[in-house]
Amino acid sequence: MELTIWTYEGPPHVGAMRVATGMKDLHYVLHAPQGDTYADLLFTMIERRDHRPPVTYTTFQAQDLGGDTAGLVKEATQAAYERFRPQALLVGASCTAELIQDDPGNLAGSLGLPVPVIPLELPAYQRKENWGASETFYQIVRTLCLPHAPPPTWRRPPPEGRRPVCNLLGPTALGFRHRDDIREVSSLLDRMGVDVGVVAPLGASPADVARLGEADFNVVLYPEVGRTAASWLKRTFKQPMVETVPIGVGATRDFVREVAGVAGLDADGALEAVTTRLPWYSRSVDSNYLTDKRVFVFGDATHAVAAARVASEEMGFKVVGLGAYNREFAREVRAAARKLGVEPLITDDYLEVEEAIQEAAPELVLGTQMERHIAKRLGTFCAVISAPVHVEDFPARYSPQMGPEGANVLFDTWVHPLMMGLEEHLLGMFQDDFEFGNDRSPSHLAAARPSSTNGRAAEAPPESEDLGKEGATVAASTPAAPDGAAPEAGEARATSTSAPTPAGTELVWDDEAQAELRKIPFFVRKKARRNTEAFARQQGLTEISVETLYEAKAHFGSR
Amino acid sequence: MSGAPVSTVGSSPSGCQDLPVLKERGQREVFCGLTGIIWLHRKMQDAFFLIVGSRTCAHLMQSAAGVMIFAEPRFGTAIMEEKDLAGMADMHEELDRVVGRLLSRRPDIRTLFLVGSCPSEVIKLDLAKAAERLGTIHAPRVRVLSYSGSGIETTFTEGEDTCLTAMVPELPEAPADERSLLVVGTMADVVEDQMRRIFDALEVGPVHFFPPRSTETLPPVGPGTRVLMAQPWVNETMAALRKRGAVRIPAPYPFGVEGSLAWIMAAAEAWSVPRDRVLEVTARARERGTAALARYRETLEGKRIFFFPDSQIEIPLARFLRRELGMRPVEVGTPFLHREHMGAELDLLPADDGLVLSEGQDVERQLDRAFAAGPDITVCGLGLANPLEARGMTTKWAIELVFTPIHGFDQAGDLAELFARPLRRRGLLEV
Ligand code: SF4
Repeated sequence: MELTIWTYEGPPHVGAMRVATGMKDLHYVLHAPQGDTYADLLFTMIERRDHRPPVTYTTFQAQDLGGDTAGLVKEATQAAYERFRPQALLVGASCTAELIQDDPGNLAGSLGLPVPVIPLELPAYQRKENWGASETFYQIVRTLCLPHAPPPTWRRPPPEGRRPVCNLLGPTALGFRHRDDIREVSSLLDRMGVDVGVVAPLGASPADVARLGEADFNVVLYPEVGRTAASWLKRTFKQPMVETVPIGVGATRDFVREVAGVAGLDADGALEAVTTRLPWYSRSVDSNYLTDKRVFVFGDATHAVAAARVASEEMGFKVVGLGAYNREFAREVRAAARKLGVEPLITDDYLEVEEAIQEAAPELVLGTQMERHIAKRLGTFCAVISAPVHVEDFPARYSPQMGPEGANVLFDTWVHPLMMGLEEHLLGMFQDDFEFGNDRSPSHLAAARPSSTNGRAAEAPPESEDLGKEGATVAASTPAAPDGAAPEAGEARATSTSAPTPAGTELVWDDEAQAELRKIPFFVRKKARRNTEAFARQQGLTEISVETLYEAKAHFGSR
Repeated sequence: MSGAPVSTVGSSPSGCQDLPVLKERGQREVFCGLTGIIWLHRKMQDAFFLIVGSRTCAHLMQSAAGVMIFAEPRFGTAIMEEKDLAGMADMHEELDRVVGRLLSRRPDIRTLFLVGSCPSEVIKLDLAKAAERLGTIHAPRVRVLSYSGSGIETTFTEGEDTCLTAMVPELPEAPADERSLLVVGTMADVVEDQMRRIFDALEVGPVHFFPPRSTETLPPVGPGTRVLMAQPWVNETMAALRKRGAVRIPAPYPFGVEGSLAWIMAAAEAWSVPRDRVLEVTARARERGTAALARYRETLEGKRIFFFPDSQIEIPLARFLRRELGMRPVEVGTPFLHREHMGAELDLLPADDGLVLSEGQDVERQLDRAFAAGPDITVCGLGLANPLEARGMTTKWAIELVFTPIHGFDQAGDLAELFARPLRRRGLLEV
């Protein structure tokens, strides 16, 4: 039993709904109580879908429990078939129905409907949304494609005298920018001379899924949903799978090379299809200020790993944290984290993520809507790179994450929240300008930070302004080490001849040092404070003066 | 509306009492009772709501509350996992551990509600027993209560009803000879303050509100207690209060000028305050309310309205819109109809030709009826609103009617605005 306040993923049947809702002419009968219909609003409100999700909820009540809940499943399935006339039916249980063990898949199967009935077994007390989506898509693909499977000895002939054809696998309803990624990747493939056969599940009907095996190869756009099905197709239909996710310039180039290899095209020619502004914008001198900006990356594994690469190799940021909430893909995250020299964070506990972010003191967070809120509380910037999604993640304009245009979008959305270089310098040089107010955040940062005038500086303890009011509450209620008490790994190893100050001893900042600390831009102030205190403890000091501050700075370096 | 309405409760020959009710049983498109936590945890500021449930329950809370602020809320879900389902003894130990950690992190909590869900009900996890045990462990700092918000037993606002019912035994005994007024059902704080001022002026009191803003000062109850229901969904709470000697004052619900006046008038009568005195005290508020409503009459008069069932507030709202703004209810759906507590409303709602009252839901059939009726505006849940808009229908999100201050004279205009805005908006858009 785990106490959860906010979750990154819903239950697995919500993953199944993302698949079903993305598809056409498919219907999902979900054995579930009335309240589970809340999931409809995810699609109609967050994604602004103009149709109800194709889901029938059996709506059993307490009074039905001793009686005939199985009968309800049959009735609901029959009625749903007659009303919606789908090409195929999904039938499964939500968490509650799983406990009453009606076996809805079998019940529905026994009705003898003239369409495939695909039973879903999604263990609600073990698995989560992404797994549910992946499993559902796999079951649909298996059921509908198996009748068309070639004999095991069959070998796929290369495409000759025609353009190669691929499927795009993995996009779903409620996916983070899936709508635009499909268009972007399709157009990139088109420029390379590759046609897209079927995109699935998003936009596909069961009939479309049934012809997945006709394509020459599969592109796995979202491994969280599409990889299991693609692996099965690879084994069964001998379709190679392209696994590079084209997020960022480097990955898009790798993707093009991989596609070219699989499709038998000339990679050099194909690379000309990748034209994007990101490399030049990153080289432009105004981007100098982006150098070594500290970023913390968290999301689903695919988006997080991709974002970390873009951040470090294409923006010149310093990745100070990398993590993902889906354990199924922890291996990929660990590998990427190792390359970047950071500790991987694999957790679905947002409090743990919040602590890690606080600890890493980033200047920019690339995360989900959860991290956006965390960042807001901590008074730092955030750009959203991954599901779970919010209505803002469905912009009216074309805004892919993948391919050449996706790279442009990443540059704009990540750089936008950061302060422009000159503005930052001016702020640094003229802290005492009353309009800047050295505690103020830049005007475009929405977080409600107390804007104090310098006059208040001496009264308030330095850290109290590093957090908004909400943040302070959270910090107080988080059983973490008190601010400043835990130096970063490695920092404690500083050579010192004097005995360290005992951990419990309180460090006193003298007035001048406090005032000096306030001159440091707010987004690094907390780190400076922590480093200084760690340094002071190593030196066995109990009082911190301006000298201590600068000695600490020299000791740790300015970054 | 010409002049301020001054009529109070009284059966009208044309009321809805005898109208047959269409009872439906099928797929529902409504929240479960857990959702009540969204306003209850804001109302009772020292209470924490711990749902004992599944990832679905946690996801529901997040999705339903997600549109709101993301501060650390005073609710959470103890998510049951595979290993918990293996043995019951473990489950109680696990619960003790989760609660222990939670309470040590949140020293501000005075009342902890263990909230049952469908999974906890199905496995028959005894939360009442758990509450008793935990109550002993954490006494006297924290009171621990339990109630069910499960979707197999409660529909949306019924979650508040089960919560308040669980609190009734905790209410202190009121002195038997003291008469007091208890207003039951969550209203916005600002509305409570308005009502309190009016009752004070009428010397009706002492007045207590239930649920209270702090669980440290629970309202007393006893044979001298007279109850005004502020929300139509506190039916079981009323029954529990009755067992403690409280007496309900029959009244319509305080929506619109007419409803608010009748509601206050009913309490005043119980305190033998002359009618004229009520009219005098409420005169200015009624004038303001009536003037505010007049502005919406043009937009709303004659417009046909269709209610999907949501919160049990549908019949009182239909009555308000019909009588004070001239709208034409086509179908009024309610998840549950309590004939006694809805009596005054049924008397007032005219049984217009073709009006359908429905209870329960079969959403597909109801959608068929809605499409056939072609109303000017449809009140429905968030899952239905956009799909209906996409078909050219104008909708009003039902949930906003629960999350907005709409009771009383000074909110009558705001209430009308909620229905007028979607219509006005449709008129504005040229693309
Ligand atoms: S309907 Fe039941 S299982 Fe679903 S969210 Fe509500 S309490 Fe939880």
